Amino acid sequence: MSAGVLQAKLWYAQRISAMVLGLCVAIHLAIIFYAIRGGLSAQEILGRTQGNILFAIFYEVFVLACFVHAPIGIANILQETFPRSGLARPLSFILALLILVLGTTAVIGVFTGGQL
Amino acid sequence: MSARPKLDYRAKSHLSYFAYACHRFSGLLLACFIPLHFLMLSQSLRGAQGFEKSLALTNFWVFKFGEWALVILLAVHLAGGIRLLMIEFGPWKGLRKGWIQISILFAITCGLLFLYFAN
Repeated sequence: MSAGVLQAKLWYAQRISAMVLGLCVAIHLAIIFYAIRGGLSAQEILGRTQGNILFAIFYEVFVLACFVHAPIGIANILQETFPRSGLARPLSFILALLILVLGTTAVIGVFTGGQL
Repeated sequence: MSARPKLDYRAKSHLSYFAYACHRFSGLLLACFIPLHFLMLSQSLRGAQGFEKSLALTNFWVFKFGEWALVILLAVHLAGGIRLLMIEFGPWKGLRKGWIQISILFAITCGLLFLYFAN
């Protein structure tokens, strides 16, 4: 794939994931304001999420959209700021891996409450 | 892609440059924060007690301030992102400067709501 085609595909993937994230972030902000009333506690969070398949699906979709969106943005910033360093690809791959693995682990964690 | 083009002060004093800079800055910080956020939430695999120990970190003022800042950054990135999508995918109506103002107001509102709810 030529560099131009790759760039166009990455641009499109980032915009499509942005559309998903737009909805997810708006809902997440509303959940944040609801959740922080009176402080955060593990019991309260797990009470909402444990065994709740809708929460788990919503947040896994959120994680997958982040997994597409954030590394492309980081790669663009690195490539523009340090064009000859070769940092963009490895660092954005590491970020993508961290988001996918830690994000899915977090979703499994709050869904199961540690009772696997 | 190569280095970004050199911009002189006329381009940089444009409101759209401010919107671009805010979007970059907020996106960069959010990307750095997200793995840490997931790491914290994945502690729930240790059960409610193990999770509570990790959540205790959020009682420190540094973390509280960080959470507040991140909510504001998330709001800026959301509203600024909607503006970008409208410029790129919507009918052409210029640089949608009204959305830059909406983004700023939305971020301030979210920051204040956070302070109101978080006691």
